[in-house]
Amino acid sequence: MKIGRVEDEELWAAIGEPSRRQLLDVLISLGEATPSAIALELPLTRQAVTKHLAVLDRVGLVDSQRVGREVRYTVRTDRLNEAALAMVRVATQWDKRLLDIKSAAEATHRKRSKKS
Amino acid sequence: MVTNSIEKEIRIEAPIEIVWETVTDPDHISRWFSDKAEMDLHPGGQASITWNDHGVTETLRIETVEPPRLFSFRWLNPAGETPDKSNSTLVEFRLSAVDGATILRVVESGFNELGWSEKTASSTVDGHIAGWGVHTDALIRYFASDRQLSVRL
Repeated sequence: MKIGRVEDEELWAAIGEPSRRQLLDVLISLGEATPSAIALELPLTRQAVTKHLAVLDRVGLVDSQRVGREVRYTVRTDRLNEAALAMVRVATQWDKRLLDIKSAAEATHRKRSKKS
Repeated sequence: MVTNSIEKEIRIEAPIEIVWETVTDPDHISRWFSDKAEMDLHPGGQASITWNDHGVTETLRIETVEPPRLFSFRWLNPAGETPDKSNSTLVEFRLSAVDGATILRVVESGFNELGWSEKTASSTVDGHIAGWGVHTDALIRYFASDRQLSVRL
């Protein structure tokens, strides 16, 4: 996935994964957060969140700061510009809608299979 | 290279006719898209979808209706303008049957025309909302179905 003038393949590969887009969205709304706090908002374990954060960190999409025993993360908005943010959200919306279409269609199918 | 679209695909364990119905029938649309939907299901027809929580209604223009394989519409054009290539995005649903299941592919294109990607980077997250300028309305409508984001906007 690419957008606008951003030309960094690795950057888009990092965003291309739906869980990481959701994670970014959560982190944007939390502002600053530890992996545990992020995991509370997502159907992911803290370990999975930490792995995704490492990928995002590698391409410079998040910053981390150690505070005592915790590592706190923030989104680097200079890397994720407006257009990219919007596209992240649009893509996340379609992920969600497709999952909802899937559940709705499969439920209808099950219901009709039983009747016949 | 610059691309201008988002593509998503999902496998659904239901026959293609049921998936078609889910995507295009107003009674079903309310299960994945908006709270309410009305639709004149033919090319050039209008559809309106409403999110109750936000009191937002979005008008879509149906472009292609080829059951059960292709359904497309344009949306996000400024209110009062007729949607075309210069002011809206095109959403296409492509369905294909595979062993009794269905592959559903959605492609939304035309974001550059909408002007979103022309904006330059802004330094803060708060700033990016303000930075949308004239496009903010479209964004709010776009994200109206997501509580968390709409609160932030």
